Amino acid sequence: MGSDERHRDQAASVRSGGATMRAALDRGVSEARLGFFGRAYLWAVFLVLYAPIAYLILFSFNEGGTMHRFTGFTLEWYREVANDTRLIVIVLYTVLIALLASAAATAVGTLGAIGMYELRRRYREALLTLNNVLIVSSDVVIGASFLILFTVVGLKLGFVSVLLSHIAFSVPIVVLMVLPKLYEMPPTLIDAARDLGAGPLDVLRRVILPYITPGVLAGFFMALTYSLDDFAVTFFVTGSGFSTLSVEIYSRARRGISLEINALSALLFLITVLLVLGYYVITRHGGKIRGVFVKR
Amino acid sequence: MSVRLRLLYMTPYLIWLALFVVLPIGLIAVTSLTDIHGRPTLDNFARFFTPTYLTMAATSVWYAFLITVCSLAIAYPAAYALTRTRHKAVWLLLIILPSWVNLLLKTYAFLGILALEGPLNAVLALLGAGPRPLLFTDFSFLLVSTYIFIPFMILPIFNALEDIPRGLIEAAEDLGATRLDVFRRVIWPLSLDGVKMGAQAVFIPALSLFMITRLIAGNRVITLGTAIEEHFLVTQDWGMGATIAVMLIVMMAATMALVGRRGLSAHGKR
Repeated sequence: MGSDERHRDQAASVRSGGATMRAALDRGVSEARLGFFGRAYLWAVFLVLYAPIAYLILFSFNEGGTMHRFTGFTLEWYREVANDTRLIVIVLYTVLIALLASAAATAVGTLGAIGMYELRRRYREALLTLNNVLIVSSDVVIGASFLILFTVVGLKLGFVSVLLSHIAFSVPIVVLMVLPKLYEMPPTLIDAARDLGAGPLDVLRRVILPYITPGVLAGFFMALTYSLDDFAVTFFVTGSGFSTLSVEIYSRARRGISLEINALSALLFLITVLLVLGYYVITRHGGKIRGVFVKR
Repeated sequence: MSVRLRLLYMTPYLIWLALFVVLPIGLIAVTSLTDIHGRPTLDNFARFFTPTYLTMAATSVWYAFLITVCSLAIAYPAAYALTRTRHKAVWLLLIILPSWVNLLLKTYAFLGILALEGPLNAVLALLGAGPRPLLFTDFSFLLVSTYIFIPFMILPIFNALEDIPRGLIEAAEDLGATRLDVFRRVIWPLSLDGVKMGAQAVFIPALSLFMITRLIAGNRVITLGTAIEEHFLVTQDWGMGATIAVMLIVMMAATMALVGRRGLSAHGKR
């Protein structure tokens, strides 16, 4: 975000420097084209990044049952996915957990960010440091510490422990998505609302929330994908009876290759593409949050 | 905003901070100081500083370092090329998209790609170097991990390169700098923050990958993450697991201190 603003500052200062300079800059930017090697390299990286995914999806249609020799086309594995009630139940639970966790995390994180917004700088920085602990820590450490936590508290591992963990690691992401939006908001907006007699709840509901909605939605989406994709933390806190999709894929993959996983991955890839497009559309319309958070 | 109202807004958040950030850190620390029966002890740390665990930690750091260097070598030119494409947004989206695909599925794909009769071995055979077992080797661990982390590395570097004012590069060119000079003395120093952020985003998770080691590297590579998982979920020696976790946290903090605080704060601001 900061970079966009800086770009604009630069553009502004250049513009005030005179028309010739502006023309030069414009030319410079448009001349910044990629040579043949650059383009070839980018395509190569693109191919490398997509090859394994394409490979997975290709073999989901393999009649032969292995993942290294393609013998013929079949939809058998998709039928198997459709008939695998255990898998379907797990998918539904995974989606349910993701939706509940991101909704809860969005509520907690958004309110937290709004509270932090007017806090004195020193306190805010301290809170942000704590906030970022879960973002920079490794999944394994988070998972292990949550496992200890739930055991100490005496919570039975299962749906609830997974849900709580997912809420827990999603909250800081939401805060980081919402906070910049809050600072983008002109403070005079709130003052004006107050001067015009708005109560605190009106200010929240009719000024702040509408303004930061894109950030909130981006946070929700981010939390959703984090939750859907999480493996390591969930692996520690699922216990034996309950499973999410990632954990299930892991335990099946450990048993060896089953093209049912391939069929599932093809379906998931499709859903991911749709989700990413949704996220992309929201953030493009809403603000300048460049996809800074890569999925882990 | 009144103090009371602010407190009301923040209550759930503060509860979250206390329960899921502060308390777990404390619990990990306490657990690391207890033995398998829950009695206080320093044995776990003494055990950590024996050759077995130190070698494991050193190997883990070494692999994480290799993964970081490899992904940097691939990602930097890609990020550079990205800044010069005409359809930046589309390209960026295309490069990021694979990072949204479930990590386990990507890892699983390599079970087929690296198989003895798989495509990579077919290529090796054409070159006269195969087929040879690729799965369950340290090479496969390095390959798969690097593959997974490339997008994590590209993005921060891309952002840093995008921030370099075009005018600076032109000024250098006008003043007679060669293309190498421009890169070495303008572009590289100014993109260093992105490189640091990327290195941090790769190195830290790379220390604790355990699903990849389990699925792809067999037990050839044991990272700190693998050891923690093993102690917590297999041997049930939580004290030792927590000790390794504490050491991992210490190493991460050291990495971040080394790389500089900028990485973290930039993360927060963006």
